[in-house]
Amino acid sequence: MTRRLWLRIGIVAVVAVVAVFYLYPPKKTINLGLDLQGGIHLVLGVDIDKALQMQTERAGDTVRATLEKKGVSVKSIERRGVTELTVQLASPKAWADAQTALKDVPIFDVKDADQPAGRFVLSMRPREVAGQREWFVKQGLETIRNRVDQFGVAEPSIQQQGDNRILVQLPGVQDPERAKSLIGKTALLEFKLVNEGANVEQAVAGPVPTGSELLYERRVDKQTKEERRIPFVVEKKALLTGADVANARVSIDQNTSEPYVSLVLTGAGGRLFADLTSANVGRRLAIILDGNLYSAPVIRERIPSGLAQITGSFTSETATDLAIVLRAGALPAPVQILEERTVGPSLGADSIRKGIVSSAAAALAVVFFMLIYYRLSGLVADVALALNLLVLLAAMAGFHATLTLPGIAGVVLTIGMAVDTNILIFERIREELRSGKTVRAAIDSGFARAFRTVIDTHVTVLVSAAILYQFGTGPVKGFAVTLAIGIFASLFTAVFFTRLVFDLIYMRGRRVESISI
Amino acid sequence: MLQIFVNANYDFIGKRRWFYLASGGLMLLSLVWIFFVGGLNYGIDFTGGALVQVRYDKPASVDLVRRGLDEIKLGNAVIQQFGDVQEYLIRLPQGGEKPEQLSREVQGALSKVAGAGVEIRRVEFVGPQVGRDLQLQALYAVLAGMAGILIYVAFRFHYRDGAVSVVAIAHDVIVTLGVMSLTHREMSLPVLAALLTIVGYSINDTIVVFDRIRETRGKGLRKGQAWADMVNGAINQTLSRTVLTSFTVFLSALVLLLFGGEVLRDFSFALLIGVITGTYSSIAAASLVMDWEIWSRARARAGGKVSAKAKA
Repeated sequence: MTRRLWLRIGIVAVVAVVAVFYLYPPKKTINLGLDLQGGIHLVLGVDIDKALQMQTERAGDTVRATLEKKGVSVKSIERRGVTELTVQLASPKAWADAQTALKDVPIFDVKDADQPAGRFVLSMRPREVAGQREWFVKQGLETIRNRVDQFGVAEPSIQQQGDNRILVQLPGVQDPERAKSLIGKTALLEFKLVNEGANVEQAVAGPVPTGSELLYERRVDKQTKEERRIPFVVEKKALLTGADVANARVSIDQNTSEPYVSLVLTGAGGRLFADLTSANVGRRLAIILDGNLYSAPVIRERIPSGLAQITGSFTSETATDLAIVLRAGALPAPVQILEERTVGPSLGADSIRKGIVSSAAAALAVVFFMLIYYRLSGLVADVALALNLLVLLAAMAGFHATLTLPGIAGVVLTIGMAVDTNILIFERIREELRSGKTVRAAIDSGFARAFRTVIDTHVTVLVSAAILYQFGTGPVKGFAVTLAIGIFASLFTAVFFTRLVFDLIYMRGRRVESISI
Repeated sequence: MLQIFVNANYDFIGKRRWFYLASGGLMLLSLVWIFFVGGLNYGIDFTGGALVQVRYDKPASVDLVRRGLDEIKLGNAVIQQFGDVQEYLIRLPQGGEKPEQLSREVQGALSKVAGAGVEIRRVEFVGPQVGRDLQLQALYAVLAGMAGILIYVAFRFHYRDGAVSVVAIAHDVIVTLGVMSLTHREMSLPVLAALLTIVGYSINDTIVVFDRIRETRGKGLRKGQAWADMVNGAINQTLSRTVLTSFTVFLSALVLLLFGGEVLRDFSFALLIGVITGTYSSIAAASLVMDWEIWSRARARAGGKVSAKAKA
């Protein structure tokens, strides 16, 4: 045999060995998609405008404090649109002082100034807004990642998608509802004083006193499972927030054996907490999460330890989840589920079984057809097909591509398309034989002439696969990947490998009178 | 040995008007059906909404599912048996339930009414914005696929062949959509994947014929041989290839349809139709190339005469 022939045998052998190496053991190397192993796929929309509004309002408080520190009395500061504040000074005389003081808040530009009326608009600088937008998404991503890590999911995937979307994929989660509420919760924790002077019934019926708001506590009766909502009037100003919490964990009450969440505050938070408790002994301190009041215990004495606790009607599960979100921190902007695809583990197992059955059935049908129609050459094509599937699966393992249910469909289609290449070549060889060529000449020109067509047909399928990949989400992307790899693999197996086998059978030494095709 | 269409010599070109009529007619029929009669049955991927697949641990009925859903005021949902009598698909229109709570509520209500265990096997929720985005993107994807192939074929062959390829692909996609509409099958993301596969694959048979036409032309036309004979010859010579290659993919798609399960059913069906239309449309496509060629030559000759007259 010539050296070239040996080289070609070597290449095929190396490819086969490398493929087996990558593929072994298949259970570990082939990455199954969420639709096959079960899990959650979530696309979350980050409500950036809402967060910007809140940010602007907080900045309004800073502006007011800055102005008042400089002795400028402010009548009102109101948010206008998303990122603007309308400031009304108590007197236009303080105009110059106000403008000087504002230099200390360098995130705003002054516009629409009306000096005689003592009114101007502060507009957040575009660079600041852009920076905030980016930060909301990045920070949201980070927070969700923290929560998922603490929840304990094997190989989660959390990515930014587009400008303001977050893609979360959690394989193999047993309780999707719990995971969803854990991820989607804003988890804004606030400590606010209860407005003891306000009449709760009046506030429920009519206007809430200025500077206060009406919040509800949900209480579930242990016996009747009945849910009651108890109204509270609390002061709007949050004295402490989740940002002051250093750690949170679940504890069990010794007396009632009910779970609660105990908090360790940060150093600064602890000092604030000590001050606020000593200044407000006898008043109730409401603990609020995402606008729901959890409990409002009476402050009995100054608490210098920096330890606090949240009680409420917790199960050990809800207490654990609350501790997780408090440790991981609040989402800077509320998120909303835009898309969800959850597949239970049993359906995934079903899909795998059906996928294997249909792949096997398709392979059998095609293999038999090729064998009957092309005999020995058909057998060669069948071996090439097996090699193709081996290379396809190994490439998927090597590229860490994900096998999805449509991906399995891609494998099945690849079976049908891979032999197409051999059919094109074999039909061409038959044609050359009919035109009177010898076996060797027919093989030579059959391969040479069919090759051009084969390339063309491959490219068109590749174009489709590429666009599908660009366009598709999860499972559909998986289909595009399998299709594309299968097409590439078939160039190697159906052309290179088949040609090699033909050369080995027909092209060496002795004269060849006939070919089984 | 087993062979089909050996020395096939059918008069495709002579009967090409019938092929035009069949292909054009089917395309027109499909369009009319899609736009005026059946419409396209968009799934939640494109419209937004929610879908819940449930499995009872004992046989149930659509009616039982409905009574369960009535409990939580979702009685207007579309309920469909999915596979055997224990498994059902519940489709909720846009603007219904919050996705956070949906599956727990459905599970609770269904198992309470049926007095049986109910497993939530699959939940899909697509927000309205995502759905609208997808509809548009899907259209772009199919158009981009066709444009890609137009460019490639025009580059490898001739712009005329590229244009005809796109007509052929449009035919295959439209007829497939027509059949999907006729059989009330759902348009989902996997079906879109099938359509794009059709875009890339159905053109293959046409390319095989184009390749043969180019090869024959390269050898030079035998004296007195008309374009018509050459194109007819090319179609006949590649007939076995066209049919055999389609057959293997047809076989694969058929197996998927039969054994691939409910989730892949519409996908495999679309593919099956696409493979069939892709095969016969290649004949009309080749004929179209010929008519284009004859027409442009006639025009060139006519143009030549005009200029000759002008000179005289």
